[in-house]
Amino acid sequence: MAGELTTQGYIKHHLTNASVGEGFWTWHVDTLAWSILLGLVFIISFYAVARKATVGVPGKFQCFVEMIVEFVGNSVKDTFHGKNPLIAPLALTIFVWVLLMNTMDIIPVDWLPSLAALIGGESWETISSGQSHIYMKVVPTTDLNMTAALALGVFILMIFYSIKIKGVGGFLKELYAHPFNTPWLYWFNFILEVIALIAKPMSLALRLFGNLYAGELIFILIAGLMGVWQLPAHFIWAAFHLLVIPLQAFIFMMLTIVYLSLAHEDH
Amino acid sequence: MNLNATLLGETIAFIVFVWFTMKFVWPPLNGAIEERQNKIADGLAAGERAEKDLELAQEKASEQLKEAKAQAADIIEQAKKRAMQIVDEETQKGHDERESIISQGHAEVVAERNRAKEDLRQQVSVLAIAGAEKILERQIDAAAHSDILDKLVAEL
Repeated sequence: MAGELTTQGYIKHHLTNASVGEGFWTWHVDTLAWSILLGLVFIISFYAVARKATVGVPGKFQCFVEMIVEFVGNSVKDTFHGKNPLIAPLALTIFVWVLLMNTMDIIPVDWLPSLAALIGGESWETISSGQSHIYMKVVPTTDLNMTAALALGVFILMIFYSIKIKGVGGFLKELYAHPFNTPWLYWFNFILEVIALIAKPMSLALRLFGNLYAGELIFILIAGLMGVWQLPAHFIWAAFHLLVIPLQAFIFMMLTIVYLSLAHEDH
Repeated sequence: MNLNATLLGETIAFIVFVWFTMKFVWPPLNGAIEERQNKIADGLAAGERAEKDLELAQEKASEQLKEAKAQAADIIEQAKKRAMQIVDEETQKGHDERESIISQGHAEVVAERNRAKEDLRQQVSVLAIAGAEKILERQIDAAAHSDILDKLVAEL
């Protein structure tokens, strides 16, 4: 039966992923679906432009896409001085994909979950009382799995290029012979450097997750607590959040470039 | 909020997206941008070159104009000189002609006068003889006294 709508229940409902499976083998279906959908939006629209890209006068959409490409390309050129055909496409994918996923935050918090519940066959009373059993988190970057996956990908590339450029010995040497270059302190260096190395992907994942999760949470709190006053409050928070959305996408991209640039540096 | 299999799924999606972007999206877009940049740079360079050429041509044209003006002035100067010369020459010629005509006239006048004088002398001698004949009431042999008559004529 439909119980009372509590604020706590409302918030909890909004923070629960739609999932299948048990234990580790749980799949967050909503995160996967939305992120892959948005990723497809990115690559299909960019591919459509790339396929017909003209050197002559570009159309408006080509101009827009080229602006983003050039922006990312310049960011890469400014920071990354090696020659690696992977870095710029990687940065572009991260930037646009994360930007699109973050932008899902702007869509009012109840729209898509309610729509999903309606399609799922829940009655309107059930949905409005917060008792729906269909969950839907539409912002993939508020799922730690999503941001951790991005960070993991970057981390794997960091290790890969460190070893490729410096060799296994060079990579290990960087871990134990720095910052104190005496054998007495190698153990200390090693602890320090491994923590620093692990901290890089951790900070990447947690920064993006934390910012977007907090932003989403505030939207949910406004929607859950403020009654009629949520309308101006939503507007103000959304306007502020418009800064956070591209900023976090940009920071993730820049740090990826910086970390990979560091991985390419041979001391 | 636990890490779970979603992480693996998203990692795979990430890898696929990056691979696709690297393979099919980035190269044509960046290629088009760079090619256009080159084109624009070429165009700008060509424009600059054309501007320089134009400047050079203008300089050349103005130089030629100056030269032509100088030449024209020279020619005019020469023409003026020549005209003056011609006028001078003609004046000189006219002068000479006048002189010659005058002197010819003079000579003619003198010759005429001499002839007239001669005539007069002849007539005077005849008159003198006639007068003397009248005076002497007789025929004087003109031939016999011709020496006296001649002397008389010479004295006239």
